[in-house]
Amino acid sequence: MVKNPQLAIDTRPWRDPTATPFVRLRNVTKKFGDIFAVSDVSLDIYKSELFCLLGGSGSGKSTLLRMLAGFEQPTAGTIEIDGQDMTHVPPYNRPVNMMFQSYALFPHMNVEQNIAYGLKRDGLPRAEIAERVAELLTLVKLQGYGARTPHQLSGGQRQRVALARALAKRPKLLLLDEPLGALDKKLREETQFELVKIQETLGVTFIVVTHDQEEAMSLATRIGVMDQGEIAMIGEPTDIYEFPNSKFVAGFIGSVNMVEGVVTEDEPGHVRIRSEELGCDIYVGHGVDCAPDQRLSWAIRPEKLALSRERPAGRFDANVTQGTVEEISYLGDVSVYQVLLASGKRLRVTQTNTMRGNPDAITWDEAVYLTWGDSAGSVLTV
Amino acid sequence: MSSHDTHHAPPPRPRVWSGVERALAAVGISGKALVIAAPAIWLTVFFLVPLAVVFGISLTIKQFGRPPYTPLLTNEEGTVQLTLHLNNYLRLFTDQLYVAAYLNSAKIAFISTVITLLIGYPMAYVIGRAPDQWRNILLMLVILPFWTSFLLRVYALSGFMRGNGVINQFLALFGIEPLVMMQTDFAVYVGIVYTYLPFMILPLYTNLVKLDGTLLEASADLGARPVRTFLSITLPLSMPGILAGSMLVFIPAIGEFVIPALLGGPGTLMIGRVLWDEFFANTNWPRAAAVAIAMLVVVVIPVMLLQRAQDAMRDKEQAS
Repeated sequence: MVKNPQLAIDTRPWRDPTATPFVRLRNVTKKFGDIFAVSDVSLDIYKSELFCLLGGSGSGKSTLLRMLAGFEQPTAGTIEIDGQDMTHVPPYNRPVNMMFQSYALFPHMNVEQNIAYGLKRDGLPRAEIAERVAELLTLVKLQGYGARTPHQLSGGQRQRVALARALAKRPKLLLLDEPLGALDKKLREETQFELVKIQETLGVTFIVVTHDQEEAMSLATRIGVMDQGEIAMIGEPTDIYEFPNSKFVAGFIGSVNMVEGVVTEDEPGHVRIRSEELGCDIYVGHGVDCAPDQRLSWAIRPEKLALSRERPAGRFDANVTQGTVEEISYLGDVSVYQVLLASGKRLRVTQTNTMRGNPDAITWDEAVYLTWGDSAGSVLTV
Repeated sequence: MSSHDTHHAPPPRPRVWSGVERALAAVGISGKALVIAAPAIWLTVFFLVPLAVVFGISLTIKQFGRPPYTPLLTNEEGTVQLTLHLNNYLRLFTDQLYVAAYLNSAKIAFISTVITLLIGYPMAYVIGRAPDQWRNILLMLVILPFWTSFLLRVYALSGFMRGNGVINQFLALFGIEPLVMMQTDFAVYVGIVYTYLPFMILPLYTNLVKLDGTLLEASADLGARPVRTFLSITLPLSMPGILAGSMLVFIPAIGEFVIPALLGGPGTLMIGRVLWDEFFANTNWPRAAAVAIAMLVVVVIPVMLLQRAQDAMRDKEQAS
């Protein structure tokens, strides 16, 4: 059998079914008392990935990370890192380092001592430690700050010291717990790119826990969305956003319009859904795993809807509905319209402001038509 | 000053004390001065003045009569004479008894402090790390002995350690010869450690309860085993608690009188007992006063050193 030629630059080993995962979680469960913090999670993460665990508070994402670091023991299941079973290995014997949300810098040590801490535990010679610390300070752009104590640093600088300390031992796997959570928005955006750059330069596998979907979308190679201790969906950022597998994922990531409907035509090549909420039929241009007369949900992102004053030429006698503009929020780059449909349902529509100060822009109380492409929305059965 | 400030301040709100304040201001006293004055006056009347009196007495010599010491100032036909005797202080250095008593007190206080630290640290650590609902109960158990009189507790200890006391009766059940515990240094150590343990635990607890658990996790994550984490992280970060607790034990222990008097033997030479003997047995007030002043110097110096070390550490921590 001839294997498909794979591009050298293709850094998506999860698309290759023969690739061996670097971190392998199998049926991992963690109970605190009677509460399942993590329940039956199986997850494969590949070398050099930047994997984001995304979820709200209490979704179990931090517990999962703490089990990878070794601070918590799974109630059931196994954790394998680089082919070795790490389930019951204490944190100090794992080839894993963690960057803590609070940074957890040692307050009685200066920056150099903090970074050198892990290296000293390895019993490295003094000269080598000094060299490595200098290297790391350069990497995180903190040359000349070595003698300062954590108290003398700004939030952003502390964050970078924490990163340098976690990278010092050249771990195979770096765990980051809300790495940018404590930074302000502007600094966060800058640091985000630096983080990705460092990850790409060093080729370390990163697992990042975050509740910030924007952060996850821009950082991650893949995202695991967590809900109530379970993985709701694993996929590349575009998959998660464009092809959510459930109402939860669709609603959790970005904003979405969700309506209910009944399947009226179920063909291998298309599906037609009648939605009273929407006031029209939805024509979906691909097959969907559903049955006639099934009630299901249909979700569409605000930017996939188009607004117009004149009735657009709709195909298939579907995918066009009518409403009144109730609210407009101008955000600069885009404007968000809230359109009230006859059924009382409100839809969010975003329009890119391509023209400066457009005098002919659709405004409040105007009657408008809404339309969308036959594959713009997602049919969700769960 | 204060009246000048009021020109810039917004119109003052009517206050209950504003009348009093105005009256005081008229005499030139501000409220702030008054607040500082209260403890200052208290310390002057009840600490500095008595200390000066004791210091004065230490510079006289013993005589029969009332008071049992020579006057500092004598007035003979208009000639006022100040007589200062330094013999008492000289005797402290020349008489082996005093030197030995000071050294022995320091030794007993030091060893007791180390033992209370060794016992108190793990206790404070466990209480500090205990779940919330347990913490208050455990702390209560530490403080509970204070509800009984100190003297009673020391007597109770002698009930345990007597020749026919609880411990020896228990040992007799196994046919073990009775141990001599009372009237030994051992009993004094037991007494001091038992009595002062809470003073070690409480400041250590206050420190250790604040210890950030993620620091310990970070240390483990970087490859440190639990012992290394303790030595490199927990111990240095709890140093202020260790110093505070040690001071609270060492200082009262060095001048301890009741415990060596009740539990110690004739061989247990401590400065508190020497002082008592000088004062009550020999009625030598001047000598007793000199012993007290010298003890103050012995105690004040370590306090100042420790205080300074602690301040330096805090400054280093918050230097920004």
